[in-house]
Amino acid sequence: MRRAPKAPDHRVPEAASAPDSRPTAFVDNDRKPVGHGRMLRKEDPRFVRGKGRFLDDIQLPGMLHLALLRAPIAHGRILSVDASAAEAHPKVKLVVTGAMLAERGLAWMPTMSGDVQAVLATDKVRFQGQEVAFVVAEDRYAARDALELIDVEYERLPAVVNVRTALDPSTPVIRDDLPGKSDNHCFDWETGDKAATEAAFARADVVVSQDMVYPRVHPAPLETCGAIADYDAVDGGLTLWSTTQAPHAHRTLYALVAGLPEHQIRVISPDIGGGFGNKVPIYPGYVCAIVASMLTGKPVKWTEDRSENLTSTAFARDYIMQGEIAATRDGTILAVRTSVLADHGAFNGVAAPAKYPGGFFGVFTGSYDLQAAYCTMTAVYTNKAPGGVAYSCSFRITEAVYLIERLVDCLAFQLTMDPVELRLANLLKPEQFPYTTKTGWVYDSGNYEVTLREAVRIADYDGLRREQKDKRARGELMGIGVSFFTEAVGAGPRKHMDIMGLGMADGAELRVYPTGKAVLRVSCQSQGQGHETTFAQIVAEEIGIPPADIKVVHGDTDQTPFGLGTYGSRSTSVSGAAAVLVSRKVRDKARLIASAMLEISVTDLVWDKGSFHVVGDPTSCVTIQEIAMHAYGTGDLPDGVEGGLEAQVHYDPENLTYPNGAYICVVDVDAQTAVFTVRRFVAVDDCGTRINPMIIEGQVHRGLTDGVGMALMEMIAFDDDGNCLSGSLMDYLLPSALEVPDWETGYTVTPSPHHPVGAKGVGESATVGSPPAVVNAVMDALKPYGIRHADMPLTPSRLWEAIRGNPQPPI
Amino acid sequence: MQLPAPFDYERATSVDHAIQLLDRLGSGARIVAGGHSLLPMMKLRLVNVEYLIDINDLHRELGYVRVEPARIRIGAMTRHRELLDSPELRRSLPIFHDAERAIADPLVRNRGTIGGALCQADPSEDLSAVCTTLDASCVIRGPGGERVVTMAEFYRGPYETAVGAAEILTEIRIPLRPNGSSAFEKVGRRAGDWPIVSCGVAVWLDGAVITDARVGLAAVGPNTTGIPTVSRALRGRPPSEELFAEAGAIAAACCTPVDDQRGSAGYKRHLAAELTRRALRRAVARLDGRES
Repeated sequence: MRRAPKAPDHRVPEAASAPDSRPTAFVDNDRKPVGHGRMLRKEDPRFVRGKGRFLDDIQLPGMLHLALLRAPIAHGRILSVDASAAEAHPKVKLVVTGAMLAERGLAWMPTMSGDVQAVLATDKVRFQGQEVAFVVAEDRYAARDALELIDVEYERLPAVVNVRTALDPSTPVIRDDLPGKSDNHCFDWETGDKAATEAAFARADVVVSQDMVYPRVHPAPLETCGAIADYDAVDGGLTLWSTTQAPHAHRTLYALVAGLPEHQIRVISPDIGGGFGNKVPIYPGYVCAIVASMLTGKPVKWTEDRSENLTSTAFARDYIMQGEIAATRDGTILAVRTSVLADHGAFNGVAAPAKYPGGFFGVFTGSYDLQAAYCTMTAVYTNKAPGGVAYSCSFRITEAVYLIERLVDCLAFQLTMDPVELRLANLLKPEQFPYTTKTGWVYDSGNYEVTLREAVRIADYDGLRREQKDKRARGELMGIGVSFFTEAVGAGPRKHMDIMGLGMADGAELRVYPTGKAVLRVSCQSQGQGHETTFAQIVAEEIGIPPADIKVVHGDTDQTPFGLGTYGSRSTSVSGAAAVLVSRKVRDKARLIASAMLEISVTDLVWDKGSFHVVGDPTSCVTIQEIAMHAYGTGDLPDGVEGGLEAQVHYDPENLTYPNGAYICVVDVDAQTAVFTVRRFVAVDDCGTRINPMIIEGQVHRGLTDGVGMALMEMIAFDDDGNCLSGSLMDYLLPSALEVPDWETGYTVTPSPHHPVGAKGVGESATVGSPPAVVNAVMDALKPYGIRHADMPLTPSRLWEAIRGNPQPPI
Repeated sequence: MQLPAPFDYERATSVDHAIQLLDRLGSGARIVAGGHSLLPMMKLRLVNVEYLIDINDLHRELGYVRVEPARIRIGAMTRHRELLDSPELRRSLPIFHDAERAIADPLVRNRGTIGGALCQADPSEDLSAVCTTLDASCVIRGPGGERVVTMAEFYRGPYETAVGAAEILTEIRIPLRPNGSSAFEKVGRRAGDWPIVSCGVAVWLDGAVITDARVGLAAVGPNTTGIPTVSRALRGRPPSEELFAEAGAIAAACCTPVDDQRGSAGYKRHLAAELTRRALRRAVARLDGRES
């Protein structure tokens, strides 16, 4: 892969207001805004100096180390487990098998989607890498060494690897633990209107069908998963440090599963080295660490190694999709339908709101004005790791966007229409919002045509098409790919969305101290997104205290109010809204106190970001800092107003927010070697109000890199026996800086009407929107060969097959 | 964090010291140079050693590129980065520069050594193809003194070399012949990945005729680091696109790639032809002064 040339810089300085007006290169903390705007991240000094405090940095006195023995085969009956040699190891303190957990009723645990999952296997192993036993020892090396002393005898069973034949009657039943289970069927699900869709297809001039695979990929955070459990047998309290994106939800689930009283459980999520959905579920290792601490009376640490993370923790995608799109001859899209075969692995470990077994895949209607849509989904069990998490997307939206954006390009191919023109003709119009899709989602706001035209402008789309024409005339392959996506992020509302009965809503608490410094406590949890900065800015914007004077506390259930955590771009859209509202609550109280201080009616006070002054007399004012001191001081307070300056809220979102964007990718393909280079990538995102544009751009850069990785190289592969072929980062490829171009980002701003500052989530937009843009670009480059589709990952080998007219699906 | 099985560690201070240690510690001892192949394999517990003998201090003794009138001598501890940056190598044997640009990433290149790469003898490894293409010989030192072997003798199969129990590779010697040039081509899925296929070429011209040529491939099966039939087809003929294509076709026919995650056998065979053609084209262009 060659490094693409440096792209021209199209970045525009952020709009008018002073703190924003300089381009990125000049950002510094000397100009840090009081409120929204570009500023460097408050957390970065500790990260860039290696002073972050990650799970593996934590050492407790007397701490023991746990290692998990994992199944070497994908499917087999456990005949015997002999741990005596491991127990005899001089440094080993404890060996626990599935049978021992079963005696305590802890061998199985519920998953987040109504299934059960083995903590340690008792009857069978159902995927390679499944947890079979654990060792606790004085150090991690000894624990790892002792694993090799455990002798497990298996009776091999045929592995169910091929998802397409998993439901054949002759296929072995994986989940014989479930009463009466006689096949590998997991669930069926449908959405949309079947009859209306059939009618729309019957009216169509053109119907295009396309099978496509979204391969199994892994979130692969740089920091693997782990936990330290510290159970105090005297007071019955459990402190659990763990790599979790949802500490509060985990606390409640531990209480429900393990029978521990919830007030005695404290979950601490320290600095987290990336989550991307991988750290949403509860893994067997966490439960084992808790059990081990209870049995030994010591703190016990468990951290995965890289192979364990890649082979046993939650994967994403793994959908085989049959898509169909119906349109008139002039390119008006009428309807879309799809049937999906979903590989859920050995246990249904999907992390999605309970009523949404297929996640938010229902947004597969995309950004278009359709007459009808229909989807059926069948999920099956296979002998592969469980999971199905929202990997940098809001619950399966990545798959949905890929489906519709590929279908639209296939339609353009069929109609020989320009893909931008086809999209412009069908995008939802601003006046249609709020727009209820044919599958029941209420899109809050968007200005799609303007957003797409901005991407076209930055890319110089017409110029690119001219260049392509010249190159084609010379026999060179160049492709231009477009995608337009709508994400649905920020779950709930709680009445519609819950995880195991916990409504998806989030709390915030704000305390302004006497000297005017503030502490915000939030229920979401940063895995690198920059919450300590963004949330300080949100509060600063509302109460005028500089971000530097606002500390953001997160990731500790004893220190923060309840909430469902950070995934599916929930933080700014839900916790961010909570932070706004709690700030306004404090400001409202400050106004009352100010009226007493200035001895004037509240209606005669004007708020001027940081101070109240008397109408018509700006010199007669009190600052928020003065008000804070007054609130805790000895001066008079208005009738009915208590001392102190703090507040708490619990925010239940009215709706999801729907960020959207237009992406254009340019690739050059070497026709002889089938190697391609992503030369340019233009990403125009609309995430409503932009709180810290620099952080947004950083998030977009990450997601675009992620998307290029999935389009080009990422895939968790298995052989016919169910052996995972992607157990290291030499086998599971992640993109490096050498595979991606200089990103060109732009933006439009269409605020969310129901979010208190109009912000929408953005962390995952780029992961969602970029894969179809890359694939569309590559397919566009191959147009001279008459090829319409090839599946990801678009390795040189698959591309070569495509050029020869025979691209094979990856599974 | 991936954890290796227990092992002991020794640090050699000279080549002779390393040989003494090998001799004393026996077959459970392994030499570690850059460590970018051995250490990951130990951490995955694919390789377990009793003793690691660290020879990084031998860089003082064995880290060099020395140009002599008729040959270039490269110390076994010369790091990839030093090979990449060497102006002498770039001038005399540009194949090294081509290959080193495509080997791994800067982090690995800062530590990995040519001796380590050759001794690892991974069938997908690029420098073995380079050295075979250049008709290099390897200097191996043991308790009984030094011996020199050809690359064909050195490479005994995947992960096996001629280096004996208490021996150490100390130097790679590459003959310099006038009117020659070389080139290397590689296709991978990503920077740092093993090649899907890579190809090294060295050619010598006398006026308008190829007097000699050597072509080696990596990652496409055994016995492809040097392909004599390609050399025979090229000798005595003037360079041309048709000739390069013919050489590519022979190279493709001589290799035995397999389907794997990196690509299908058919694609690899196609690449063997295409990369052979490209490398020949580039090497000849360098002789003409059309390319650096």
